[in-house]
Amino acid sequence: MNKGLSKDTENRSSDEAMIEIIDMHKWFGDFHVLQGINLTVQKKERIVVCGPSGSGKSTLIRCINRLEEHQRGRIIVDGIELTNNIKNIEKIRAEVGIVFQHFNLFPHLTIVENLTLGPIWARKVPKAEAEETAMYFLDKVHIPEQAKKYPGQLSGGQQQRVAIARSLCMNPKVMLFDEPTSALDPEMIKEVLDVMIELAQEGMTMIVVSHEMGFAKSVAHRVLFMDFGQIVEGNTPEEFFENPQNERTKLFLSQILH
Amino acid sequence: MEEAIQGTHLEELKPPVTSVGVIGWVKNNLFNGWFNSILTIVILFFLWKTVPFLFRWAFIDSVWHTPGQGCREAAGACWSIISTNFRFIIFGFFPYEQQWRPLLAMMILFGLLFYSRDRNHWKKPLGYAWIMGLFTMGLLMKGGLFGLTPVESTQWGGLPLTLLLSVFGLTAAYPLGVLLALGRQSKMPALKLLCILYIELIRGVPLISLLFMSSIIFPLFLPEGITINKILRAQVAIILFTAAYIAEVVRGGLQGMSRGQYEAAESMGLNYYLTMRLVILPQALKIVIPPTVSILISAFKDTSLVVIIALFDLLKTTQSVLSNPEWMGFSREAYIFIAILYFLGCFSMSNYSRKLEKELSRGD
Repeated sequence: MNKGLSKDTENRSSDEAMIEIIDMHKWFGDFHVLQGINLTVQKKERIVVCGPSGSGKSTLIRCINRLEEHQRGRIIVDGIELTNNIKNIEKIRAEVGIVFQHFNLFPHLTIVENLTLGPIWARKVPKAEAEETAMYFLDKVHIPEQAKKYPGQLSGGQQQRVAIARSLCMNPKVMLFDEPTSALDPEMIKEVLDVMIELAQEGMTMIVVSHEMGFAKSVAHRVLFMDFGQIVEGNTPEEFFENPQNERTKLFLSQILH
Repeated sequence: MEEAIQGTHLEELKPPVTSVGVIGWVKNNLFNGWFNSILTIVILFFLWKTVPFLFRWAFIDSVWHTPGQGCREAAGACWSIISTNFRFIIFGFFPYEQQWRPLLAMMILFGLLFYSRDRNHWKKPLGYAWIMGLFTMGLLMKGGLFGLTPVESTQWGGLPLTLLLSVFGLTAAYPLGVLLALGRQSKMPALKLLCILYIELIRGVPLISLLFMSSIIFPLFLPEGITINKILRAQVAIILFTAAYIAEVVRGGLQGMSRGQYEAAESMGLNYYLTMRLVILPQALKIVIPPTVSILISAFKDTSLVVIIALFDLLKTTQSVLSNPEWMGFSREAYIFIAILYFLGCFSMSNYSRKLEKELSRGD
């Protein structure tokens, strides 16, 4: 599964932080959903975040590109601090791609139109060039033949691969994955994970919220466990799975690994 | 071997005669079960009693080209009321020898509408054609240039007036309604409040009272000597009224959109305007085509309410004919005639909306 996938720290520059999150808090009304998150993600680092539902893992990555607003602390992406300044938000969104649990493709547009919408309208890329890029990335996710179809005509796995390609068309430096396989039928999970592994091999910085432990073991540099709005434990996959430190981590792992 | 034999056997087998063809259809649709059989017989009896009579009245005993006196002697329908007064019903008080002008204007309008049916034609040249067309129609109606005799708008009437009120009313109300719906969803509290107030106030009063206000109360607020055309005032009232209803229907469509669509658009860097234009509205407006068309159809028919502020639309010209002593008492025929005209308008709208829905649903 992880052929040729190097996890050496050499090819990621450990002194360069891609994302820095410092003492970040978020509330939904009175509910304190994120309670002092500290996290530094290096360039080319791949992180898998797991934890029970409601623990705040999706909210965490959604804060990074301002789909949710944090109320305290700092988030810095590639040297740009995320504030209410709309210019900064735009810059950060240009560097951060996100893939959603439910794909969120635009059902009224063809696959290739889904892929070119952002580049053409938000980046002012000429149409022909945007289509060329779109075909390049559709090729990478192994479905160039579906370009003229509509999302509704594709299987879940294919739709999620289109969603990945759509994010890649914006040429991001970081990719966020919000439970990318949990809405899929079991037989389609592998095709999506394979695409993500190929992306990892190319050195993309990735934060993946997922319960796919096999994927975490083979791809992640670090696995984080979140519970009650805090990062409880974070370690290399080997240590994390073989030798979990925290009681809650142990309980969680025993529940999902059976 | 056995399979092969079975295969050929199946191919030769045909469904029983009683389940296909005309007999099959009749059996399945009209006489399946005692209840449906009774219904079928009752309805057939009812049709046998009424249709031949109606047919006789409308086509056999009817008269088509007599003066009013001849009509009173005929046993059937008096279509002469239409044929004799046709030009007045259609054109109202527009000067008789100039009536080719509204006729030409309507033909341009129908031509443009017909050409706009096909969505492949929705390009820039069509926009220019509409601008040119509207200008020409206005010129034809109003005159005063290129040697055309000026015709006051007080003399406009009949079908051209109805079309003017509805075509402009609907095309202006639709975008206004969409804007109001977006305003009502806005995060800006002042704008939101304003839109809510507008929608609720307008929906809270009948169109008739709006028309009265536009024709009687509104002029009181204007400075001395300034008057605004009566047709224009009625037109604005119809637009404002219809827009409020469209806004609520569109809001329903907007609420049907999942949050994920906004988030996907936002995360790829589209701003509010582009998100709405490219992602949200194309989907939301498509969902609400059926209720929107309902509103447009009822607004089309509601233009006939301008009767009460003494505009001579199609309904009013017909009524004036009926108040002529020569033709008094033939209201059945007259109303059937304009009902047919209204029906043609409404039916083509609903027909077109179905076509549009079909075209737009390729993706699902």
